[in-house]
Amino acid sequence: MNDMRIAERTVGTNAAKISARGVQVYYGETHALKDVDVDILDRTVTAFIGPSGCGKSTFLRCLNRMNDTVAIARVEGTILLDGQDIYDKRIDPVQLRAKVGMVFQKPNPFPKSIYDNVAYGPKIHGLTRNKGELDEIVESSLRKAALWNEVKGRLNDPGTGLSGGQQQRLCIARAVATSPEVLLMDEPCSALDPIATAQVEELIDELRENYAVVIVTHSMQQAARVSQRTAFFHLGNLVEYGETGQIFTNPKDTRTESYITGRIG
Amino acid sequence: MADATQTGIGPRPVDWTSEEIGARVRRRKASEMRLKMVGLAAIGFAFLMLAILMVSLIATGWQAMTQTHVRIDVTYDPALINEANPARSNFRQMLQNSLVAQVPGATAEDGRALLGILSNAAQFTMRDRLLADPSLVGRTVTLNVPASDPYDLLNKGLIDHETPEELRRVKDNEIAFFGALAAQGRVTKPLNTTLLTSADSRFPELAGLRGALTGSFYALLTCFLLSFPIGIGAAIYLEEFAPKNKASDFIEVNINNLAAVPSVVFGLLGLAVFLNWLGLPRSAPFVGGMVLALMTLPTIIIATRAALKAVPASIREAALGVGASRQQVVFHHVVPLAMPGILTGTIIGLAQALGQTAPLLLIGMNAFVTAAPATPFDPATALPTQIFIWADSPERGFVSRTSAAILVLLGFLVLMNGLAIFLRNKFERKW
Ligand SMILES: Nc1ncnc2c1ncn2[C@@H]1O[C@H](COP(=O)(O)OP(=O)(O)O)[C@@H](O)[C@H]1O
Ligand SMILES: [Mg+2]
Repeated sequence: MNDMRIAERTVGTNAAKISARGVQVYYGETHALKDVDVDILDRTVTAFIGPSGCGKSTFLRCLNRMNDTVAIARVEGTILLDGQDIYDKRIDPVQLRAKVGMVFQKPNPFPKSIYDNVAYGPKIHGLTRNKGELDEIVESSLRKAALWNEVKGRLNDPGTGLSGGQQQRLCIARAVATSPEVLLMDEPCSALDPIATAQVEELIDELRENYAVVIVTHSMQQAARVSQRTAFFHLGNLVEYGETGQIFTNPKDTRTESYITGRIG
Repeated sequence: MADATQTGIGPRPVDWTSEEIGARVRRRKASEMRLKMVGLAAIGFAFLMLAILMVSLIATGWQAMTQTHVRIDVTYDPALINEANPARSNFRQMLQNSLVAQVPGATAEDGRALLGILSNAAQFTMRDRLLADPSLVGRTVTLNVPASDPYDLLNKGLIDHETPEELRRVKDNEIAFFGALAAQGRVTKPLNTTLLTSADSRFPELAGLRGALTGSFYALLTCFLLSFPIGIGAAIYLEEFAPKNKASDFIEVNINNLAAVPSVVFGLLGLAVFLNWLGLPRSAPFVGGMVLALMTLPTIIIATRAALKAVPASIREAALGVGASRQQVVFHHVVPLAMPGILTGTIIGLAQALGQTAPLLLIGMNAFVTAAPATPFDPATALPTQIFIWADSPERGFVSRTSAAILVLLGFLVLMNGLAIFLRNKFERKW
């Protein structure tokens, strides 16, 4: 691909939204993530790249404590969200997940109407007082996900009836609806065709205005296109982390260089 | 061309047109053909057996769909009425007298034989009419009463006239009397509604399935009300909330074992615990339903767990991802999506319960009860135990009624399984 154009980095001075220190993850005996230190900046798209199985998803799932639902997973170290340790006993992981939204690899709308998909989060967290407010949240979420114009006339149709790209944007709208501060996306485009991918990438760039976005991708082109900062993982280690332009044009570590130039992965 | 067929990378060139390769293809096709034939033969055999079963049931059972009735004019003879207690009047004599008068060539001596044409119910019908309307005394009314079992068989052509008279249940003169009544147009063969509207009776012509149907209904209702909530609750807990450890493995293994326990064992358990220990009433559909619930529980638990497991992980993740608690994930998403599977499993479990005989025999649901149970706590039979009783009865009229009862039971089973298939197809979801 010649499209290794690097996204303009207007940001670089934002405060750290999440800072992780010495994060270790074990699945039973497997040491899946080794001593990861990362600061994720607010209003920035951060890309996690690396070969398959290197622990990108594992780290992403630490950030909203999704790993708590895996019985054999064990997480060590500290992860601060706005200075607050999210693994602190006083933190309710359920509420945390509303604040740190997640979008998955395969679009997974609920087998319910488009409206109910978006309204579900606000409903269970009691974010609205009446139907009018809920309607408002649904509309603004769908607008933020650049889906409103396509679905405004058929909010009661099943979400599963949309195209793959629309479903993924519906999932983004659903994540946005609980007013999160961070959006985690685990290979959000890997099940989409190139046109839908382009739409979602454009959307990610817009979301940066309001959220800290973390995106896992196995496509370096995608990382280059959408992110301002990139972290390269390899065999459970965070090898290199920095501005996307620097990672792609001037990697410091030889492993990063090998991966970027296609010699590992 | 030689190049095209004689290339290869192995030690020898491959010739795809060689005799050896051709024989291999023919052998493969022959073996595929054989497998197909064996499969078709197996299916054909299964269908043949089913057809034989259905044909034999219908061949005997259809005779029970009608019942011979005899229409006679009887006079409420004031001389035979018991003034003090009209219910105890001599209705048999009134019937005899009327029959003797109406059958040409019959004398008073033939009275008893003539009375045998009518079902025992005739005198009770007379009594009930009189009690309802005392002004009938001295008047003549027309009764349309069932014929007794031997004459019903005679009318249906089930009595072999070649049998020597002394071995036959109806003698030559009786055949003649019945023929005379028939000649007057007094013999009809209407639909046997008694079969569904009456409870059991010693007389085949009066016996029906009402008691058994009601008993089965109450038993299944009890079974459903107990096993559905308990089964689903247990399955949801085991599948979604229970920690995965030795104890839950042990429970899991034992639930599977429970599903394989013979039903008669559950009957013995019911007898020991529900009747002897708790002192619950014998022969009651409620107790029957409790025993059936014990048997249905493992089926429902296993089906529910399978249905819960089949809900894709992506839906759970989606719900967790927007901050649903585990309980909300289960009750807002997983259980509703698993519901069609749960219902299908439940209906199949209930259909199994409907056909169970042994456990009901052990708690006495093979009692002879001539009234349908008014509540689930009254003695009753159930469909399969009624079939068991009738199949054991010496009266020949019960032969066709047994088959008819089996057809009714099979009808309900087909209906329930059809409902299960309908639900499965209707809610089938593609992810
Ligand atoms: N639920 C799990 N149970 C056991 N091992 C897991 C689980 N999830 C991930 N792993 C292991 O952790 C390592 C990192 O996986 P993952 O984070 O999914 O990699 P990536 O997303 O970078 O491809 C892999 O070796 C994988 O086998
Ligand atoms: Mg992954």
